[in-house]
Amino acid sequence: MTTELLIWFIPLPPILAFFLIILFTHKNKTLSHSLAVGAAFISWMGSMVVFVSALGVHELGAHPFSSSINWIPTADTWLKIGVLVDPLTAVTLFFVAWTVLMIFIYSIGYHNYGQPVGDHDVMGLPPHGATVEEHGHKHMVPSIEPMYSRFFAFIGLFAFGMYTLVVSDNLLTLFVGWEIMGLCSYLLIGFWYAKESARDAAVKAFMTTRVGDVFMLLGIVFLYSATKTLSFREIFTEEILHTLASVPSGILGLSAAGLIGLLLFIGTVGKSAQFPLHVWLPDAMEGPTPVSAMIHAATMVSAGVYMIIRIFPLISAGWVEGLPINNTMAIIAFIGAFTALFAATIAVAQNDIKRVLAYSTISQLGYMVAALGIGAYVAAAFHLVTHAFFKALLFLGSGSVIHGMEHGVLHTGEHVDPQNMFNMGGLRKKMPITFWTFLIGGFALSGFPLITAGFWSKDEILADAFGNAHLSVFVTLATAAFLTAFYTMRQITLTFLGEPRTKSAQHAQETKWTMTLPLVILSVFAVGFGWLGIPEHFPVLGAFSANWFHEFVGSTLLEPPAALEFSWTPLLTSILVACGGLYLGWLVYRKVTSVEQDKLQIPVLKNKWYFDEIYDFLFVKPSYWLAETFTYKWIDSGLIDGILNAIGRTTSAIGHALRNYIDKPIINETIGDGSANLTQWFGRSLRPIQTGHIQQYMILTLFVLLLVGGALFYFFLQLGLL
Amino acid sequence: MVPLAWYLILSAALFSIGLFGVLVRRNAIAILLGIELMLNSVNVNLAAFWRYGDVNQMAGQVFAIIVFAVAAAEVAVGLALVISVYRNRNTVIAEDIALMKW
Amino acid sequence: MTLAQIIFLFVALIILGSALMVVTTRNLIHAALWLVSALFGVAVLYALLHASFLAVIQVVIYIGAIAILFIFAVMLTRRDLRDRGPQLNRYWWAGALLSIFSFTGLVLLFRNWNGFSRTPADFPVGFDTVGKLGDALISPEAYVLPFEVASVLLLAALVGAVYVAFTRK
Repeated sequence: MTTELLIWFIPLPPILAFFLIILFTHKNKTLSHSLAVGAAFISWMGSMVVFVSALGVHELGAHPFSSSINWIPTADTWLKIGVLVDPLTAVTLFFVAWTVLMIFIYSIGYHNYGQPVGDHDVMGLPPHGATVEEHGHKHMVPSIEPMYSRFFAFIGLFAFGMYTLVVSDNLLTLFVGWEIMGLCSYLLIGFWYAKESARDAAVKAFMTTRVGDVFMLLGIVFLYSATKTLSFREIFTEEILHTLASVPSGILGLSAAGLIGLLLFIGTVGKSAQFPLHVWLPDAMEGPTPVSAMIHAATMVSAGVYMIIRIFPLISAGWVEGLPINNTMAIIAFIGAFTALFAATIAVAQNDIKRVLAYSTISQLGYMVAALGIGAYVAAAFHLVTHAFFKALLFLGSGSVIHGMEHGVLHTGEHVDPQNMFNMGGLRKKMPITFWTFLIGGFALSGFPLITAGFWSKDEILADAFGNAHLSVFVTLATAAFLTAFYTMRQITLTFLGEPRTKSAQHAQETKWTMTLPLVILSVFAVGFGWLGIPEHFPVLGAFSANWFHEFVGSTLLEPPAALEFSWTPLLTSILVACGGLYLGWLVYRKVTSVEQDKLQIPVLKNKWYFDEIYDFLFVKPSYWLAETFTYKWIDSGLIDGILNAIGRTTSAIGHALRNYIDKPIINETIGDGSANLTQWFGRSLRPIQTGHIQQYMILTLFVLLLVGGALFYFFLQLGLL
Repeated sequence: MVPLAWYLILSAALFSIGLFGVLVRRNAIAILLGIELMLNSVNVNLAAFWRYGDVNQMAGQVFAIIVFAVAAAEVAVGLALVISVYRNRNTVIAEDIALMKW
Repeated sequence: MTLAQIIFLFVALIILGSALMVVTTRNLIHAALWLVSALFGVAVLYALLHASFLAVIQVVIYIGAIAILFIFAVMLTRRDLRDRGPQLNRYWWAGALLSIFSFTGLVLLFRNWNGFSRTPADFPVGFDTVGKLGDALISPEAYVLPFEVASVLLLAALVGAVYVAFTRK
């Protein structure tokens, strides 16, 4: 089996698991999760094999693993699809495989495998606990998820979509994977479909990303019409890029490449929840926590950033390092930086443990997008990978916390929200593994110096921003980093430190090994991965590593970017904001024990700058009006149904007229009855001939005979025959 | 010599008289009498043609003999029928035996 | 006017007169007797035509059997010996008209035939009419089949007549 062939097979096990679970094993929970986890494991193994092979190839950027087949015949050539593993793909495969496998294993414990079936559990609602009798007294324990197998089928499909997107070598199959993940996000956010909030969130997510997808499709179509190909290797060549960069597109003064890049970027704005299409991501927390981890860390939002990194040559067509960035890149950088700060301001006022992480995801994605916008290709990719690891870790950790709290809620019978941080506290004693791994993840997110991966990737972005004199971006990102550290420490302090604030928190319990093992593994990456990207000129440590990441991933581009000159300013700034934010967060919140004491509960921040309300007014309500009133009531019911009803009435009238004025009088009476009556009249009139008097018959017969005979005789006489 | 025409006219007259009898008489037996007259006229015709044609051809006489037989048979059956009807209906008036009417 | 013609005219008058009486007389017995007279005249006619066998058969069968039969039938079908009511039916004028028409039609037809006025050939001397007739009747190349069929017909008629008129007492 060559590596190319193996790459084709990587996405297959999860989709196979999906079909097998849906069709055959959905009644058997053990078999279902075994199929799913087994499939994830096989894909993970395939990815690792490919990754290791990729490491061994010299100049992978120039000679990637690729394999393609003819797919759609066009006029004189074929549209090809295939797989491609270049350095960017290799590192993406690495983190996708690990995070997907960890989330799959985590889901077993999260959905309470092995627990009894709940008392009042119905399909479509989260499980509510089962009463068990232990040691003579009854209490509630967490119950197994009723739709257990379905969940694993869906995340299998999700994994398939992501793998397809990552290994594809052309925009078409990338878009296919993109859309499959869009579908799965709908299915999984609305997993507990009996909850109205979950249903609404699923629709919101799908609709919002759809807006982005429409523009992305426009971009793909434009690209195809300009270059007659969608394959990356064929597009990202000197001539095509140069042509696209020089042809003006007529819109906003952008070149063709710039417009295509912008359109494709809008897809990322939707998928990766950048401003202004960010509104779906916080609501997506309605789904189960592994879903949140999958969507918001490992796969879906990363897919948006991956795509934009992939088409960086298109976005940056015409730009060389050192020059001012072109218009498309400027727009991208602005949106990224703005989103990073915007989301961070909202996160400081959120009280739900998952909401904080949701907004932090939006913020971090803004970092990556901004990095790409200013041309920091490698930094963006680096942050993508490290973010995947620590965000997955944080989400899974929050799920573990919620599980522990739910255990406490069921045990005590208290009715508190297990997700509200103000109901927690002191969990570090009750859930140690969760605490330490969450701490590592939180520090990675904040960019705690040197020992966390987040520091290295974030620092590289800041360094790039500063080094290329994009000072506005630099300042914005630095402020956002400060806020990130602040709210992260707020979260950790409220959740784990201090004393338990409710009885449920007191009775919280550490979760099973199926949930804590992935946390531990991910924390290893959250710490260690960063060391692969230590810049060359870093004081002291730079000498030990040759910035492998930069060399490896940078070689994906046609012209590998040069390593940045070291500068103390960004380094000190990032250390300052990280440590300062963490310290301040701890300082403020170690005294806060209730929500009233939290001074940052500013309404405009709590309500997400009222964007949901604005969109509702601007877009949602008009759409409803258009659908319900205009289209349904006026046009469909009024106009079209009116026409149809009129036709119906006319036809009915015509039928009535035909029946009563033609059918009955003419055909029935005149023709039908008339002919019958005529016949009868004839019969009645002729009947008297039959008198029964044979002599009369004979007379008549003879008379006619004589007549006819005489006529014939004279006739023949005339003819001269007689 | 008697021309053939006279025989033919005679037989035609006899036939017509017989026809008259068949058509106008009320009594069924009188009708049968008329039929007999007609048959006799036919026989006269046949015999005349035999004599005035080739006398070696016996067909004329043979035909006349057959007609005799048929006439006899017909009279027998007809009269038997009339008698039977008289027994049932007590009448021999043809007009009164008009049952096969509407 | 030869002797044969005079005799013929005389016989023809008898025949036609008798026939007219047959169809017009009121008394049925008289009608039957007039029929006998007409049949006699026809027998004489046969004799004139040298059809000797036919003449004899005419007398024996027609007069001897059929006319007698008629008289029997007349007697068997009357409640009393008088004939009451008119003997002609309602359409006698149509019947008369038709008879006259048929007569004239027949005569006209005959006149158009070119053999209408032929005269007979001399009767061959020593011509055995009866023998020849007998030969014709039973010879297989001649008319034995019609003869046999006629006899079967007579049998059937006989049986039928007996059956129809039969009464059980």
